[in-house]
Parts: sequence; C-alpha cells; structure tokens
Amino acid sequence: MTSTAPAIELKGISKAFGPVQANKDISIRVMPGTIHGIIGENGAGKSTLMSILYGFYKADAGEIFIGGQKTEIPDSQAAIAAGIGMVFQHFKLVENFTVLENIILGAEDGRMLRPSLAKARASLLELAEDYGLHVEPDALIEDIGVGMQQRVEILKALYRQADILILDEPTGVLTPAEADQLFRILGRLRSEGKTIILITHKLREIMDITDTVSVMRRGEMTATVKTSETSPQELAELMVGRKVLLRVDKTPAKPGEVVLDIKGLKVVDDQGVERLRGIDLQVRAGEVVGIAGVAGNGQSELLEVLGGYEQGTGSITLNGHSLDLTGKESDGRSRRRRGIAHVPEDRQREGLIMDFQAWENTAFGYHHDDAYRAGILMNNAAVRADTATKMERFDVRPPIPSLAAKNFSGGNQQKIVLAREIERNPDLLLVGQPTRGVDIGAIEFIHQQIVALRDQGKAILLVSVELEEILALSDRIAVMFDGRVMGERLPAETDEKELGLLMAGITDTDHPHSVEEIEANLAHAGGDAHKEV
Amino acid sequence: MDYLTLIQLLDSTVRLATPLLLACLAGLFSERAGIFDIGLEGKMLAAAFFSAAVAALSGNVWVGLLAGIGASMVLSAVHGLASITFRGNQLISGVAINFLAAGMTVLIAQDWFRQGGRTPSLSGGARFDSITLPGADAIADTPFIGPLYAELISGHSILVYMALAAVPLTWWLLFRTRFGLRLRAVGENPAAVDTAGVSVVALRYAAVAICGLLCGIAGAYLSTALQAGFVKDMSAGRGFIALAALIFSKWRPWHALYACLLFGLFGALETRPDVIEAVTTLKVNSALLGALPYVMTVIILAGFIGKAIPPRAGGEPYVKER
Repeated sequence: MTSTAPAIELKGISKAFGPVQANKDISIRVMPGTIHGIIGENGAGKSTLMSILYGFYKADAGEIFIGGQKTEIPDSQAAIAAGIGMVFQHFKLVENFTVLENIILGAEDGRMLRPSLAKARASLLELAEDYGLHVEPDALIEDIGVGMQQRVEILKALYRQADILILDEPTGVLTPAEADQLFRILGRLRSEGKTIILITHKLREIMDITDTVSVMRRGEMTATVKTSETSPQELAELMVGRKVLLRVDKTPAKPGEVVLDIKGLKVVDDQGVERLRGIDLQVRAGEVVGIAGVAGNGQSELLEVLGGYEQGTGSITLNGHSLDLTGKESDGRSRRRRGIAHVPEDRQREGLIMDFQAWENTAFGYHHDDAYRAGILMNNAAVRADTATKMERFDVRPPIPSLAAKNFSGGNQQKIVLAREIERNPDLLLVGQPTRGVDIGAIEFIHQQIVALRDQGKAILLVSVELEEILALSDRIAVMFDGRVMGERLPAETDEKELGLLMAGITDTDHPHSVEEIEANLAHAGGDAHKEV
Repeated sequence: MDYLTLIQLLDSTVRLATPLLLACLAGLFSERAGIFDIGLEGKMLAAAFFSAAVAALSGNVWVGLLAGIGASMVLSAVHGLASITFRGNQLISGVAINFLAAGMTVLIAQDWFRQGGRTPSLSGGARFDSITLPGADAIADTPFIGPLYAELISGHSILVYMALAAVPLTWWLLFRTRFGLRLRAVGENPAAVDTAGVSVVALRYAAVAICGLLCGIAGAYLSTALQAGFVKDMSAGRGFIALAALIFSKWRPWHALYACLLFGLFGALETRPDVIEAVTTLKVNSALLGALPYVMTVIILAGFIGKAIPPRAGGEPYVKER
C-alpha cells in the first residue's frame, strides 16, 4: 500500500431498498493510518454503506477501491480477503464457544481443529503483545463482559489480517471506563498503521478520537471535514439539517411532596439471584430522578416492579399509599389506576406490538377506559380519533393512526409510546431508555416533553444507560450497581468520571483507579450484569 | 432372572436401540445446525418402505439400503428447501413430511405389490443377516463370557455395528473438525458464521443431508434387519422417541447413545412383562413402559435433571439483518 493511495475509496455508491433510497451517490476517501468517523442520525444510511463495504449488500451503482485497487465485494469472504474487518453493534459471537473457537471460526487452517486452535493461541499472544488486547483464550463468551466480547471481535478481525477496521456504534454497551479503554486500543491500532472507520451517533466520540469525519443525512453524504476544524454544534447541524439544542433547556426544579418512596426493595429472579438488594429511593413531585448504571445492574427490575410486572419485597408508597408488591394489586393495570405511567425500556418488545396499528397500540393498557367503550365493545372510532390527536400533539410522523407500529422510525415509535403514557396525566412517569435508537431531532423533542411534564409538577423516574442524557435531564442522579444504589449526586456537583466510577461499584471516588481495578470490580458483579444489553 | 435372560434382554435392547440411535444422531446433526426436525419419523418410514420394496424387487438388500437412504434424503431435501431456502416454519414442514410418508408408503406399496400396503416378506440376500463375529461359536459355551460375546456382542446385523460406530464418529466430526465447529456455530448464531465468510445455507443443507442419510439407514434397518419387510406405520413413533432421546441427551453424541440404550431397554421390557414381574413382583402394564421415554423427556424439559438447552438458533430461519 503506498502512502498516497487512500485505504478505502468509495465512488458514487447508491443503494435503494424498494422506494427507499438508503444511499445516494456517496463518495468518500479514507487515508491509511487514520480514524475516520461517520456520523448521522438513525436511518441516515451509515449502516447500509458499511454493509455494502462488508459485502452484505450489493450496491446498485458505484465503485469500491481498496488501497487504490478497484475491488468487487460480493460477500463477506471477499471483504475479509480485501483486508476489511467489521465489529458489528450486536456482536457476532457464538455464546457457548470459547474465545479461541470464536476467533478461528471461518478462518481455520485445515480440516482438523486442534492445529488451528494451537496456531490461533500463539498468534493471539502476539496480537495481545502488539496491541495490548489481552483476553482469556479459553473463557466462554457468555462468561465474559461486553468489553471483553468487543475485544474478541476486534481480535477476530486482526486474526484475519484486517488492515481496515469498521466499528459500528462500538460504545453503546460500554461503561465510560470501558469506552476509554476501547479508544486507547483504537489509538494504538492507528499508530500501528491500521485504518479505522468509526460509525457513531455520539458527537463526543467523534471529537475525541477521529482524524476526519463524514456526516450523513437521509442517505447522502453531506460533508467530510477534518475533525480539528469542526465543532459539535456544526456537526449536529449537518446531521439534522437545522439548528439543534445540545443541552436540554430547563429551569431549576421545584421539588414538592414526596410522590414515590421506595424502602428496602428487593427482587429475586427465577434463578434465585437477588437482582435488587435493598433499594431506598425517593422521587418528589416536580423533579426528574435519573438512574445511571451499566445495563443489567437492576435498573430494569426496578422499573418492572414499579410498572407492575415483577414482584418484590420491601415497601413502596405512592402519594402516601403503599403499593401491593406481590398480591392481586401488583399488576400493570392496578399501577396505571394508581397514577403510574410507564414508558418501558424496550419499546419494541414491551411498549408496542410491532405488527399492530398505531391506534391499537395507543389503546394498550388503557383499553378499559370508558372513553374507548361502546357498550361491551371497543369504540374503535374513538380510539382512532384520540390517536390522531395524540399523534398531532407529539409530532408523530407520518400522522397515520392505521399504520403498523413497525413502519414508524424508532423516534416516532417512541413518541407514540410517550404520547400514550404522558397524555394520561400520571402522578409518576417511569421512563426507560427514552432515546435509545432515536435520532437527534426526536431526542430533543422527547426531552422537552419529559421536562414539560416535570414542570407540571409530576414526578419522573428516568433510567438510561446514556450518561449524557442522565446528566442533561436529571435534577438528582442515583447510580445503581449490582442491585444497589451506590450513591446520589446532584448533576451540577458531579461529572461523567465520578458517575462512571460509581457505575463500576467504586464509592471512594476521590482516589485514582486503574482500568484493571474497575474491570475486576465489574467482573465481580457477574458477567450477567452485562448480558442483558 | 437368570444370566441368560439378562443377556437376552440386553440383546434385544441393542436391537431396539439401533433405529433410535440412528434417528437420534440424525436429529442431532440437523438440530445442532439449527434446523428442528420432527420429520425423523416420516423419513424413517419412507426409507423403511423403499429399502424393503427395492430389496424385494432386486433381491439385493444393499440396493435396498441405497434406495431407502435416497428416499429419506429426498424428504430431507424437501425439508431443507422449505426451512432453509424458503425460510418456512420448520415444525410445519416436519409435520407435512410425516403425513406424506405415512400416506405415500402405503399407497405405493399397495400399487406395487397388492398385498394390503405391505411389501413381500424378505429373505436371503434381500435382508440383512446377523453377523457372527470371529470366535463367537468357539467360546459360546464358556461360562459368563461366552453368552456375553456370542449372544450380546456378536450376532447383530451390520447396521447395528454401523450405528454404534456412528457415535464416536459423530463426536469426532462435531468436536474435532472444522466442519463440526462451523456446524455447531450455525446452530447457535448463524450471523457469526455468515460474517465470518462461511455460507450458512450450505452448512445447513449439509447437516440436513447427513440427517437424511442417517434416517435412511434407520428406516432400512427397521424393514430389512429388525423385521423382514415393510408393514404400514412400522416406524411406530420411533422418530419421536428419538427426538425425546435427543432432548434427554442434551444434543450430545455419547449421551445420545446412553439415552437410546435406556429407551431401548424400556422397549425390550415391554415385550417381556414376565421378566419385570419376576424381578419386581409387580405386574406392570407394558403400555406404561412404552410411555416412559416421553414421561422422562417431560421431566427433563421441566428442568428436574439439569437444564436441556437446545441450540440457540434452532427453529429460526436465518435472515440477514440490516
């Protein structure tokens, strides 16, 4: 590879799925030994472009040059042969195989396994030396944390002698400490001459680590700039096509009476593992309490108990009345009647039925409502009309009540759920991952709605794995680790670093801690803590 | 119960376990690759008929065996087409194959032989004879070891030994070769295999083909070794018991052998109620023994004896995600 030829050059790539033009005439040059960021909203076509580069899709038009050579990439095998490695957002690992087995899969030497495994073990040691990527070769994937799993994915690519590494939203599942470590590894890879393409929607990552950045919007490449010559505001505008508020605009909270009071809440799961180990937490009227934490440390269980589809022990009172945690009144319907609305963490599994239409989804949980009734039947016309109003108020696009939920974008699906829950005027709103997989424009809107509800004097309990979101929205932050609340902080008096340590279970945040120490602590909490992501 | 009765009982255990074992290993290949196959029963039945029919017509049992394997593999190909290429529901395809085989075998048998849906009785070269291992006759009269060797170890048809040999072979193939690694991977996470540049479709077809091969041998064994000719519905639920054994063994080859031997023993006891009565002084309903494999499988599935975790991608057609 000469120093002048770009490692990757795409010329005029176009790809349509039916009527949707996912990529329109995209051209891009990535120089060797650089980190190139690709940023854009969901559905902007980033993943499609990378899938074309990795041989998952065939472009309708356009050419690919690798190291100056025109290259056809009809399948993944060709991509691997061309020296391209990809780390997908959802890891492509076999859970009950060892690290070593996953690394050789598809890249074995010969028909027998043992020589291949022996060879891989040796080169794994070398790779670990060269890039600081240490893994336990004989550990099962299901027993190691996500950070480690991601390392295995990177090693898989390096073992196949990839010179070009594509990472798709790599930090979505990592703690801040793990993300820092990943970035250190990427820096090391760059200094060893590897070319890296980083796909992300997080502006901060782009600013921190990339050399150049391309912005995509609605299938088009709107700009490619040197990272040092741009700013987050400029990138955000390029992504969305208009000015966006990166900070949530809100006045200081005016907390009132205690609405939600949780004391000593414990939850034991089906396997007998204690998921919540005694939670004490209060949420007042007119404030947003944010729960920070790495996914799987009990946040989901907390929302589930409050939402009425998990049982627990301890005490929860709402407006001074205690809630039933195990009996007949511990179901979702009773919770709703008591004034708790719930925007679940996984909107596609718990918040919506994807094959049902928007108006049907709007009725869920509130289908007993008298307004929706006509004698013993449902008054579908009323539900449809109500849905149309809600869609308008929440700017759901397209505003068609008869469209199936799966045909809306992630952000609009979330708005449907949010409209359903907020419009019920609840005393307490539970919100899980409100903006996961939601584009910047919609994030802004969703955040405004949550703040507006707070300003009406409602209590809001927010769970999010996005620290930025927690810091931006919360009036008070509680950090959960391993089923416990590690501590509460005020957003103005803390930062991502301190919260990150608390998320890793380290409470004496004044002293410096090594990554190894943090990892050891996370491992102690169990690999399972990671798995639910 | 005397020693000879015990040997006889174990002998018939081995005979009855053989078709279960072959079908169970067939299912193991298929399910380890992520293709559920409840059509084992139908494939066995079709193979039983075609091997008996062709053996009867040609007079050569080996030609019959090939015909049986061929029939079973055709049905496997149908299952593969439905569940791999067209990403259909694997259970429905399996059920369809079972019905198809149950009806077609009798229909064709009646058309070809006019014997009420049977094939003619097989004899001589049209049937697998039992093999006498070297020295079996010589030591038959030695106490203890004699009957053990002559009755239990020696004196089975070649297919029994093939089935037993298939166990270590399956283990070796699955856990010591590249093919096995990929096959197991495709049943757990096909996306991992796909992104590693290996064809998911080719691997799954290979697994389904091996499944067809083994079911073919199992079916041929029924009609040309265990019995002498095909009769209607002669597989008699063995395909389902094999599936039960597969779950019981948690998709592991050696455990499949143990499970099939255990279920074979139940089968052998079913025909010898006198033995049970002599040993336990209880009169046990033999139908109860027939149901035992299913009862035990339910217990396994309920998680009483460890957890049976099927291959994670089992039953799911592979669709590339965006």
